This record gives sequence, C-alpha cells and structure tokens, in this order.
Amino acid sequence: MHDSSGAPKNPAAAGVLVSAKALDVALPDMAAKPVFGRAPLIRIINGIDLDIARGSVLGIVGGSGSGKSTLGRALLRLIEPAAGTIEFDGLDITRLGEDALRPVRRRMQMIFQDPMSSLNPRRRVGAIIADPMQMHGFDRIDGRIDDALDHVGLPRGFRSRYPHELSGGQRQRVGIARAIALEPEFILADEIVSGLDVSSQAQVLNVLAGLVGELGLTLAFISHDLSVIRRICDQVMVLQRGSIVEYGDVDRVFDAPQAAYTRELLDAIPLPDPQQANW
Amino acid sequence: MSAFLTVGNLSAVLRGNRQRVLRSVSFSIDTGEVLGLVGESGAGKSMIGKAILGILPSAIEIIEGEIVLDGQDLQTMLPADRRRLIGATAALIPQDPLTALNPSRRIEPQITNRLVDILGWSKADARVRALELLNEVHIDNPERVMASYPHELSGGMRQRVLIASAFAANPKLVVADEPTTALDVTVQKQILRLIRDLQQRHATAMVFVTHDLGVVSKVCQRLSVLYGGKFVENASVPDFFAGPTHAYSRALLAATPKYTDPDASLVPVDEAVIEAVAAEVAAADEEWRHAR
Repeated sequence: MHDSSGAPKNPAAAGVLVSAKALDVALPDMAAKPVFGRAPLIRIINGIDLDIARGSVLGIVGGSGSGKSTLGRALLRLIEPAAGTIEFDGLDITRLGEDALRPVRRRMQMIFQDPMSSLNPRRRVGAIIADPMQMHGFDRIDGRIDDALDHVGLPRGFRSRYPHELSGGQRQRVGIARAIALEPEFILADEIVSGLDVSSQAQVLNVLAGLVGELGLTLAFISHDLSVIRRICDQVMVLQRGSIVEYGDVDRVFDAPQAAYTRELLDAIPLPDPQQANW
Repeated sequence: MSAFLTVGNLSAVLRGNRQRVLRSVSFSIDTGEVLGLVGESGAGKSMIGKAILGILPSAIEIIEGEIVLDGQDLQTMLPADRRRLIGATAALIPQDPLTALNPSRRIEPQITNRLVDILGWSKADARVRALELLNEVHIDNPERVMASYPHELSGGMRQRVLIASAFAANPKLVVADEPTTALDVTVQKQILRLIRDLQQRHATAMVFVTHDLGVVSKVCQRLSVLYGGKFVENASVPDFFAGPTHAYSRALLAATPKYTDPDASLVPVDEAVIEAVAAEVAAADEEWRHAR
C-alpha cells in the first residue's frame, strides 16, 4: 500500500523537521451519537508515516473526507492523535502539555482556507498581523509588520485597511503575512487557494513558493486539487479514506502515478484543452 | 436556425451609484448550443445569467438593451407573463447545492413543485417524472432519495438532484451558474459529463457560467470572456484554446493550472494587463455616455 519506492530518500540526511510515525486519529462520529452519552469514535487517519525534510514542501492531496485536513491539524497538535508519534525538530511532541508546547507553537503556523472567516473583520490588517506577535512577546512589532507585508508583496499602507476592503487574493496574503511574522520554521497551508480566482491563485502560490526559498520555510500544503500541487511541492502524499495510497517525489507521482486512485484524480482534472483524453 | 436566446446591447446599473455593472453585452445562443461565460469574481458573469432568468437582485436595474427568449422580448412583457415564459422555458442549475435546496423539506416536493405549480401537472404525474429524472442523473435508489432530506445526501448527490430538477420541465434553455465549483474533481467530472449528456440529448441551449477555463473546454462550443461587465473576447472553443486574441484572455489562460505543463501555467496576471483592460472598459463607458 505505502509506495516506498518514491518516498523521500534518506530524509535523515536532509534533516527532518516534521515527522509522524504510525499516526492514528479518531474523532467522535456525531451522526451516530445517541441522545445521551458519548458519540462513538470513528477512525479518520490510519497509520500515517511521514517525514518532511527541512526546507521542503509536502503536498497532501485527497478528495473530501479523505482526512487531509485532520492529518494536517494533528501534525500541529490541534487535534489529539489516538496513537502513534509526532516529532518536531527531533522533539517528541505527541504527549507534550500545553505549557511545554507553547514555545513550539510559535515555530509551527497555519494558513487557513477562508481568509474571510480567519481574519477578524473588525480589526485592521496591521493589528491582525501584530496580535500573535504580541502574544508570543516579540519586540519591535511595528517594523515586523512592515517586513511581513513586504514579504507577501502588499503595500505597507494596507496596515490601516480592514479585511473587507481587500480582494480575496490580498486577504490570503495577509493570512500568509500573519503566519510568517512569527518567524516559524513550519507552515501548514490548508486549501489556501481553493476559493480564489485563477489570477490570484497564481499570485498567492508564487508568493508562497518565493517565501519557502527566501525564508527557508518548511511547508505542508493541503489541497484537493492536484493541479496546483506540482507548482510548489517537492513531495506529494495522496490520501484516500485516511490512508496513504501514494507518497513520493512530485514529478514521479505526476509522470508515473502508481496508484489507481492517483490516476483517477489526475484524469479528473479538466485541463484547459478541448482535446484532453478520457473526457 | 434562429437563435433561441438573443441578448442585445444589455446594460445594467447599481441603483445606488448608477455605476454600470453590465456594459452593452450582446450574444445569442442557438438551440443545442452551449456558451461559456468566463471571468473572475465580480466580472458580471453570474449577473447575466440572473438577468436572463429575471432574478437579478433588486439593487440592480436593467437600463437598456433587450433579452429575447424564444422570440419574445422579456423587457417589454408584463412581469406576470415574463415569469410564466421564463418558468416554462428556462431553468437554473445553481452553484451551491446546499443553499439551493430547502433543508427542512424532503427532496420529492422540491423537484415536483415546479411541475405542479408552473405546468399544472397532477402530483402523481409529477412523481413519475421525478423518478424518471433521478434515474436519468444516475441516482441508484431514486425512491429513497425522494424521501430524503438534503442533509442526508452527499454534495454530488445534491447537485444531481438540482440537475434533475432543472431538467424536469424540459427546459429549452438552462443557465448553469458554476455548478461544480463546490465539488471534488472526481465528482466534478461525473457531474460535467452528466450535464453535457442531458444537454445534448435534449438539445438544450445553455449558458454555462464558470471561472474555470478547463471546465469551459469540456462543455462549451463558444465562450465569452468578461471583465468589468464587458465582453472582451468572443470565440469558438477550438479557436480560443489554440490562442486567445485579447491580452487579458491570454493572461487568464496562462494563469490556469495545467499540471502537464507546469512551467507555462499558473503565471500570475501582469498588473499592466489588468490596467489595460480596465482602461478599455473605461473608454467604452466614456463612449457610451457620449452616445446617450
């Protein structure tokens, strides 16, 4: 099942930043919850092994309900794993308490799918970027806000704007600015371009790809859309019903997919080409 | 063959600031033909579909132009006659199946109401037709689906139900407004094939609104690219994908993801291209104002 041939070659050599071993996640199945008493647990993620080398980008792909977001959130300890271990920079964080976890939290950030609901509509962009920095006790916050806006290619004047005054692509770049302002090493980007127009989609992907190189970021990029993965990922993991069906270098997976499900996903992408086969 | 739908020189404004949101839009669609309306959010592509179906939000007012449906000019008709004509000949496949279905009612009445209310069918006949339609959209257990509530169905199933409901009254024109945007790629493929099959089998004229040029290349014969409520390019699908003529269309196509050609896709749209097309729209506005 796990396609070892394409899995990252000797990740230890490159320096693994994030790794999971035999990771299981189970969540309460609210649809089956009795009126009184606990909901039964339903297994979402089954025995996932992964290694993300420092400075590399892992794409996590699958249909809706495949468990890709759950996996991402478990890696950040936003959802408690049922079994298995998660390591961050060599430290086992699987059972770490909230206090012990706090310094690690700054080093791993998240960018959300819907910038409209993940940015406080009543705060200005400057404050949105500043808040997490204040919480983590950063100094010279003012300068850091400007730096973050520069990095994502937004004018510094945007500090005084409200989220509703920005376009979808600009809002998403504010989300990126907020994440990188904390100087994290690892960023989880969960479907961050799926709500955007093609032109902003390309722009946000470019900004992110640039930052990975510039800041030496390590990235997990979750998407239901394989067509945007190839642009920025080094490795790609294809999930189906919580299990890995394919995991390997991005060019290998796109050019010679091994799993039937990966081929199905690739074939289903409507390319801008009236002659595309199998349609 | 004469066009089933002709939109001529249609302009609409926002009631508040009198800004034009549709700018002298003209096109026509023959029976059995699919026209793609492509543009980014805010380009006005959905608005055209809504104008045709007479469901524009009240903040938007049509100030000039004509919409001729099946030989009758909608703008000059009495509202009641207009509603009857649209109800009997046209239908909508909406974007979001969850908000388009009433969550507190079972599926059956949501498909059959249209037939009973607008076309005067008996409930029994409408039920037979609904079952037939659910079969046509490849729903395995139509009896059970008819008795279900929307939340009991998956996104793909809900979209199938809406497609069945759109085709229920044998419409001659269907407006599909981003019908697959909310779906997974594999489900999207099934739904697009389904829409294409039904459209071909019934020789329906169709307006297909989408932001995805990949989708256009699969279901449309012709397309129009919109910017700021104005058509900037009209082309046949083969011609367009062989090489669009307008710089903005070229930029949109280059920005579209194409995993088979990663270096030539996902190119961000150049600011200069946006400025040029915005200037073009402004110039057309100026000219239009002078002519009035």
